[in-house]
Amino acid sequence: MQMTGSQILVECLLEQGVDVVFGYPGGTILNIYDELYNYKDKIKHILTSHEQGASHAADGYARSTGKVGVCFATSGPGATNLTTGIATAYMDSVPVVFISCNVNDNLIGKDTFQEVDLVGITMPITKCNYLVKDVKKLADVVREAFAIARSGRKGPVVIDIVKNVTAETADFEPLSIDKHSSTGRIKQLLNRSSHNFTPPTPDMSDIQKLIDLIKESKKPLTICGGGVIRSKANEEIKEFVTKIDSPVAITVMGAGGIEGRNKLVTGMIGMHGTKASNIACDKCDLLISFGCRFSDRVALNPKTFARNAKIVQIDIDRSEINKNVKSYHHIIGDVKKVLTLLNENLSQLHHDEWKKEVFEYSTETVYDEENRNGTLTPKQILSSIARMLPQDTMVATDVGQHQMWAIQHFHFDYPGQLITSGGFGTMGFGLGAAIGAKIGNPDKAVILITGDGSFRMNLTELSTVEHYNLPIIVFIFNNKVLGMVRQWQSLIYKKHYSETMLDRGPDFVKIANAYGLEGSRVTNVKELEDAINKAMNEKKAYIIDCSIYIDEMVRPMVGGGSDINNFMVN
Amino acid sequence: MTNEVKIQTLVMLVDNEAGVLSQITRLFSRKGYNIETITVGTTKDINTSRITIEVLTDDEKAELLCNQIRKLFPVHSVKLIDHENSIRRELVFIKVKAEDSAKRNEIIQIANIFRANIIDVSIGALTLVVIGDGTKTAAIEKILDEYEVLEIVRTGIVAIERGLKTIYDETKEKGEFNYGKNVL
Repeated sequence: MQMTGSQILVECLLEQGVDVVFGYPGGTILNIYDELYNYKDKIKHILTSHEQGASHAADGYARSTGKVGVCFATSGPGATNLTTGIATAYMDSVPVVFISCNVNDNLIGKDTFQEVDLVGITMPITKCNYLVKDVKKLADVVREAFAIARSGRKGPVVIDIVKNVTAETADFEPLSIDKHSSTGRIKQLLNRSSHNFTPPTPDMSDIQKLIDLIKESKKPLTICGGGVIRSKANEEIKEFVTKIDSPVAITVMGAGGIEGRNKLVTGMIGMHGTKASNIACDKCDLLISFGCRFSDRVALNPKTFARNAKIVQIDIDRSEINKNVKSYHHIIGDVKKVLTLLNENLSQLHHDEWKKEVFEYSTETVYDEENRNGTLTPKQILSSIARMLPQDTMVATDVGQHQMWAIQHFHFDYPGQLITSGGFGTMGFGLGAAIGAKIGNPDKAVILITGDGSFRMNLTELSTVEHYNLPIIVFIFNNKVLGMVRQWQSLIYKKHYSETMLDRGPDFVKIANAYGLEGSRVTNVKELEDAINKAMNEKKAYIIDCSIYIDEMVRPMVGGGSDINNFMVN
Repeated sequence: MTNEVKIQTLVMLVDNEAGVLSQITRLFSRKGYNIETITVGTTKDINTSRITIEVLTDDEKAELLCNQIRKLFPVHSVKLIDHENSIRRELVFIKVKAEDSAKRNEIIQIANIFRANIIDVSIGALTLVVIGDGTKTAAIEKILDEYEVLEIVRTGIVAIERGLKTIYDETKEKGEFNYGKNVL
């Protein structure tokens, strides 16, 4: 069937089961938007206020549903506005396909209006990227892009299409998704048993070696990393830690990988890790890490990290092995497959003495104060949220103190419940991500935990929230300061508070009103709980601006580069 | 594996397409390596190119770098070449000033000793071509420094393994070197 490039693209999206895309139109992508108009009963387009918001929304959609997110933008500034979102998805291995259009083929390289080399710009922040200049190759490229985004270690892919391709015609035959592997370049790529396309099958002798190590070990510790979330191995890891009876520490990206209330959970590990996690990491004799890449926020000092332990690294991406921390043994494979094989071959073990040793230390967050006069404390806000909202509420966060408090405090139950920018640390990520999460999960309650600094960055997406009637409750931890940076300035920079004061507005309640939403400012628990009640009854989004004390700190804290058990702040 | 920093030779087979070279060289700069030499050319299959890159680093980091390169989709195969069991060569053009016949004769004699060829003679200058691994070409360059060297052009190192071994032994198509297995 003869079709235009735009039609082919939209048909390819339908093949992939895409029913929602986030984006922002512009000159070069007009043909595609014109085609979307014809398909509007099949594909819902969410128009954001800014391409960055769209990129985070597609990301939040992918994280919360496990499906591939799709995001559209036009050439030039539209495309460059995506880059922060692409890098955020790349650092946290989120499958998103970004589609942008470039200027006409004959105008490429001439510094044409709104021209930019997006493929060049996004090379280091994508799994793979394409510039499509031939309409005959378009279907192949789109199919390949989706296959790559969702396979192996997931990640973002960029497709840049020159404008004339979206208008030119080619022959197109729809092909169901299960037949894609028998056509085009995917077929070739499948012939290469490359670890980034076909999920690797773990080697049985490697599995056996780990089982032997587990049997020898007296003090095993498991780390639940982001890989557990991406492969949805929550049941498997629970069975595993129960079987080997080992404490399990959770990374920021791994939150939700195992139920936070599980008795074996020691809480977060790393810079703001709990005493129990960090001390167990230092004392254990076997560290089994699932889908964790030992970033500098976990393995603060890679030389002394788990110094008494044999480190076993389980990762789908071979290039992660030994990258940051030297491992004693490793298994390359999908966490879920590896865990299933381990569980089949393990018998029940007991480590009561070791558990007693670990759980003597606190697995809970430590707070400066539990009550303050005139302001709320993080604990009060988070406890009220946990008590009043449904247990399966999805939590999107921005980046900073509020993010750490939320992850430390909440007990996440399932993969995708927490949506946070862990690797890239993107302030301004939260609101867009919450939009994506709500659209992907209309039946679940979605809240955004944010700070005044982060929220200001992309609050323009409130208009999207209002327009699409997305009942997201926004909690702003408002200390009128860039809290995390100030914390470092207090502790490390001799209280030189250089450019971190944010005592300059806006009035967030008025902002909410301006966007057609309701909001309240709260300074004590009574006001807070009234506001939450009001918010839950609203059919629309609601903003709760919570005043907190300016020098509230995230505790505990280990300084960057220090030994993991060397707490700078208790 | 040692921690000794030395010249490491990485050879790779890649798709012969626009942008692939840039993807690979950017990976080196992103990970903080300076490329000492790089050569690229097509292979027996016109759709694939072979890239030889030399960097200064230790064995362990070189292996990690290979893993990063393998992740790229246009890459079929990457191999860290062991210098003991391989041949490395580069071709160097050296243009030397030779004002009179006496000078010219001296330079021709040096060229003969090093088995370099004279590929251009003109009044006032000689151009030599010499093929060797880094040591041989460095030696002739050092001697010719006695004369006035006008220009030096080098192709960069290409490398091939001795015996029956080839880069095709370990491509992704062939199970990619015990892929999934603990190889370290």
